[in-house]
Amino acid sequence: MPRTIVINPPGRLPLPSRRELWEAREVLWRFGVRDLKLRYRQTVLGVAWVVLQPLLSAGIFSIVFGRIAELPSDGVPYFVFSFAGMLCWTLFSGIVTRAAPSLVNNQALVSKVFFPRVLVPLSSVLSVAVDVLVAGVLMAGMLAVTGIWPGWPVLLLPVWMVLVALLASGIGLAASALMVSYRDIQYIVPFALQTLLYASPLAYSLSAVGEDIRWLFDLNPLTWLLEGFRWSLLGLEQPAPWQLVAVVVTSVGVFVGGMLVFSKMERGFADVI
Amino acid sequence: MRHPFQRPALERFTALDGLDFDIAQGSAVGILGRNGAGKSTLLKLLTRVAAPSEGQIRLRGRVGSLLEVGTGFHPELTGRENVYLNGTLLGMRRGEIQRRFDEIVDFSGVEKFLDTPVKRYSSGMYVRLAFAVAAHLDTEILAIDEVLAVGDAEFQAKCIDRMRRSAQDGRTVLYVSHQVQTVTALCSTALYLENGRLVMQGDVDEAIELYRTSRDRVVLAATDIERRAGTGELRITSATVSSPLYRTTEDKTIELVVGANPSFIGKYFVSCHINDRNGTTLLQCDSRVSGLWLDAGLDQKIALTIRSPWLKPGEYSVDLYVCAAGVLDAFEGAGRFEIHPVLPYEHAVSDEGLENGLVLADFGYERR
Repeated sequence: MPRTIVINPPGRLPLPSRRELWEAREVLWRFGVRDLKLRYRQTVLGVAWVVLQPLLSAGIFSIVFGRIAELPSDGVPYFVFSFAGMLCWTLFSGIVTRAAPSLVNNQALVSKVFFPRVLVPLSSVLSVAVDVLVAGVLMAGMLAVTGIWPGWPVLLLPVWMVLVALLASGIGLAASALMVSYRDIQYIVPFALQTLLYASPLAYSLSAVGEDIRWLFDLNPLTWLLEGFRWSLLGLEQPAPWQLVAVVVTSVGVFVGGMLVFSKMERGFADVI
Repeated sequence: MRHPFQRPALERFTALDGLDFDIAQGSAVGILGRNGAGKSTLLKLLTRVAAPSEGQIRLRGRVGSLLEVGTGFHPELTGRENVYLNGTLLGMRRGEIQRRFDEIVDFSGVEKFLDTPVKRYSSGMYVRLAFAVAAHLDTEILAIDEVLAVGDAEFQAKCIDRMRRSAQDGRTVLYVSHQVQTVTALCSTALYLENGRLVMQGDVDEAIELYRTSRDRVVLAATDIERRAGTGELRITSATVSSPLYRTTEDKTIELVVGANPSFIGKYFVSCHINDRNGTTLLQCDSRVSGLWLDAGLDQKIALTIRSPWLKPGEYSVDLYVCAAGVLDAFEGAGRFEIHPVLPYEHAVSDEGLENGLVLADFGYERR
């Protein structure tokens, strides 16, 4: 006997039902696989790009900030120092840049087929995660070569990754939903990310920041996460306890907030997009 | 851009209102109505793509939708990858797709190109593969919107046959189309919608008759100049067809006058549609193809002469449009004429010798 589905007008804040999400888990998987396949199809170097991208960025940072500007890197080789930051940043910016335009890029799907729409932006986490895993292997190699051993905090690395992913997907969810009505978002996102890239202690150490503007950095959740990454990967100083609490609260809060914005706007997608 | 930051005033539009019906399990239901009657909105609600603002829908079982062929196909992916992606999107499990994969490929007839990206497919192959995936959905309800308009006649027949068998297996098929013949071929009952309301539910032929005559009802409303669609910056003030009755081979002349509007900037063009009794647009005569652009500063009197093709005996209606960047005036049902039942051919033939074409051709056979 088939199940009876009852469709009612959505309430004020229609959250996707867990049952539907679970039933559509294969869609999430397929989207992730599709993105991965498409990303490097018809490229000469193929998957090598996954390795090259973070290496090149870390290389540029160590030349510009390490050599030219001679910023401190807390006693760690500059390349390794900035690569650890790149790991966190790739995860964050990758998810936001891919999730934000995802609904608009899949216009035909959104206006023609029913499935839980949150899966579209969320699937970007999967494909970015693969990039970060590859970069993580490189990182392990570098640590082995340089003989840096962070000790037990390395166990917390998965926690940092999950927190970055939560923060980024919260922003990505809200941005993708807003972009359906306001295409302005597509101009704001790259600009905001570029600003954040320089405003976070990614290519330089927090110790290079003057006391007078330090409070600005302390307000930035990415600072907390980057500090966490370096604690877990390079064995640098442990972030302050208040930061550990704040980072969990903020990441979870942003994710839930993004989900709420998304759900609130979801019903109009098929009509507005 | 006069007011770049001013938001356009929003008007509330009710696409469907007060619909109340039951559909028996295992029936194939045709949904008929003119453009804008709410057919597609109804399917979108049933397939949950859009959410209703009030009311309730109860569905017994899963709904599979085929709202547009190839939605969810990605041009860069191969045929095989797209079958999996699309099948999953339509609600199939991986195991289900694997089991039916060969059947799907067989039905589509594109075996040879399974590992070619679909961007290199011809549009026919694309449609076949997409339809094949959807046709093998095992959902209890299948919603189909206007998809058979593409594809060749043989494939169309195959699809209709496939859907008819689905209905015989106890699945419910909901079918929207403007092609009256496919509705007759597939459906056992029909719904007829007009302006977002359900006018009738029941016999297919009765619904088709309502659909055919609906044209006349809309046409009456359109003669009222203020109620016509279009921005109204320019209006057709008069339209005349030179004769109410033509012989098949005769030239047909339509004269129209477009009023001046000195505040309208730029040039505009006109277009004329000739539609048959089923509402199918047979001819589109756009003035741009003959290089005619008109100046809005003066009253313009224009005559259009249609020399070929030969139209079949029957009734025809004329729609006239004035356009620039968008449609300025849409005068649907600006005129009508009839074609005399005398055929232009040397020898007489029974009906089945003529009925399969939309127009008559000027042709000849010779022995070689």
